[in-house]
Amino acid sequence: MTAKQVLDPETPLSAFRIEDDRVAAASNMAPVINGFDEQAVEAALRIKEAVDGTHVTVLSYGTDFALDVIKKPLAMGADDLVLLQDPAFENVIDPMLTVAALVAAIRKLGDVDLVLAGRQASDWDNAQVPAGIAEALGWPIATIAKHVEVDGTTVRVQRVLPDGHELVEAALPAVVTVSNELGAPRYPNMRGIMGARRIQPAVWSAADLGIEPTEVAPAFELVSLAAPERRVETEMITGDDDADAGRKLALRLREEHLV
Amino acid sequence: MPDPTSILVIGELVDGAPAPATLEAIAAARALGGGPVGVMLAGESVGNAAQTAIASGADAVYAIESALLADAAPDAVVAAAAAAVAAAGPRIVLGAKTLLGRDVMPRLAFRLGTALASDCTALALDGDGRLLATRPTYGGNADATVRCLGTPAVASLRPGTVDALEADATRTGEVVAVDAAIDEATVRTRSIERVEQAASGLRLEDARVIVSGGRGLGGPEPFEQLAELATLLGGAVGASRAACDAGWVPTSYQVGLTGKTVTPELYIAVGISGASQHMAGCANAKAIVAINKDAGANIFKDARFGVIGDWAKVLPAFTEQLHELLSGSTRQPG
Ligand SMILES: Cc1cc2nc3c(=O)[nH]c(=O)nc-3n(C[C@H](O)[C@H](O)[C@H](O)COP(=O)(O)OP(=O)(O)OC[C@H]3O[C@@H](n4cnc5c(N)ncnc54)[C@H](O)[C@@H]3O)c2cc1C
Repeated sequence: MTAKQVLDPETPLSAFRIEDDRVAAASNMAPVINGFDEQAVEAALRIKEAVDGTHVTVLSYGTDFALDVIKKPLAMGADDLVLLQDPAFENVIDPMLTVAALVAAIRKLGDVDLVLAGRQASDWDNAQVPAGIAEALGWPIATIAKHVEVDGTTVRVQRVLPDGHELVEAALPAVVTVSNELGAPRYPNMRGIMGARRIQPAVWSAADLGIEPTEVAPAFELVSLAAPERRVETEMITGDDDADAGRKLALRLREEHLV
Repeated sequence: MPDPTSILVIGELVDGAPAPATLEAIAAARALGGGPVGVMLAGESVGNAAQTAIASGADAVYAIESALLADAAPDAVVAAAAAAVAAAGPRIVLGAKTLLGRDVMPRLAFRLGTALASDCTALALDGDGRLLATRPTYGGNADATVRCLGTPAVASLRPGTVDALEADATRTGEVVAVDAAIDEATVRTRSIERVEQAASGLRLEDARVIVSGGRGLGGPEPFEQLAELATLLGGAVGASRAACDAGWVPTSYQVGLTGKTVTPELYIAVGISGASQHMAGCANAKAIVAINKDAGANIFKDARFGVIGDWAKVLPAFTEQLHELLSGSTRQPG
């Protein structure tokens, strides 16, 4: 399964800075694992519990990692962690190199039946690396899962729809993206945390993966990154007390023909 | 005829007609200027939808018909779209970030050897005629503009960002039948069952008024008060992800980046902090009203009207006053 280290998406707006076409958070903000990726870990661990002999390997792509952060899936119960780490593996908006590296890593692992990933990353919100992996490997894909079940040769996925759900099925190997409706990811327990300490992640560079980063043509180049404009003038309604403010709000909305 | 100056819209059919988001994408393609605009329409039968697309600004329709496209399985639609791209030879491929588009567009982009500029809120061409796509990132905290380097460039438009063109029945265009060679083996992720809650009452996407609740409500019961207010205003009830994750309301209520995108006249947010990921789903509302006890809540930045206070006191008085105003107005003639 894949996991990405990102800035905490719950970072208060005031702590976000945009500098030199990069988004940074105030220095005291620690990175976290992308929330949907933690849900993908949870999905993987549920499969591991249901199907004997399941081995969960976590792949993460980046230039540098906060080890205590990126090891969390191990503490939760994953078996292995492979860091795809190279100075060229920068967190840029273009997903082409990310896809190439993850695909190469999946091939290098060899015996992979199922790739689980979060439905999107909370930084670039691209929601397309899993699609790229599926296309490159020629595997079927099911997106936005809230339940994932594997039986030998097939994966059955309950997908979240805006007004319901859909049950889909595909032959393994396959790619599945996971959404928060799967349920909260488990907290690592003491045994998990101790176990994770003993596991040394494998580190694979671009060369280990057999990719020449400069030969992977990007799909985009970033032209600018800017804080969105806010166009709204806010009118605060006050009253003698909360109830009075509520009544005045009703009158104002009526005046403006909004109700 | 393949035309390297053309723009191809990956269309979508809803009940036999082009989806609103498809008509918006056609308008966006026209607004970019340059070459002719083609539209792919794929379904069991395309029928009159082709004429609607032409009336709404398309110069050509690439029609792909197959019984296997009846329920729009993403695998089949990606194959259809790739065949339409091969037939049209466009420099830009444009889709919409609808439920189907979310699945189809990234895969189509990678199949064409590039990636997708997804969920765009603005499109333009640079001096060399290359696509400049602006899209919200970091959950809406930063707008990124990228230059698309792929041939073709592939982008998807956020629904509701562009107005569709007025239909003009006198416009003409050609309809090209394309064979996408779709067969049973094309569809590899098979739909076994699709369960959609019969939308009891108004769909959020169609509501003129939405009353939305967040974590600040503290539990499921207060949503009944929101429902009462929504009924009074002829609207629907929405929620933040925090309220959905807590199980207070079904996930179908969720408004936001990973929930529904809504564009009501009036959006009343109660006990919602206004995280950028929530605002991504409602920022295009005509007017936002916020009731929140925290004067520093982000929601006030996007709100036209705000009340700083405890919803449990503000809301009943607000609802009662509205009740009076509205029952009064029904007595007035006209
Ligand atoms: C990738 C990603 C995608 C996401 N997608 C979505 C999405 O689609 N939709 C979405 O909503 N969120 C989404 N989120 C989550 C989002 O970041 C926020 O966590 C969420 O919107 C917070 O919900 P909330 O405003 O209800 O809760 P909180 O942020 O906890 O806010 C509760 C508010 O209630 C107020 N309050 C408390 N008590 C009272 C009272 N008595 N009276 C009045 N006000 C009170 C508080 O002041 C506070 O402002 C996403 C997050 C990520 C990372």
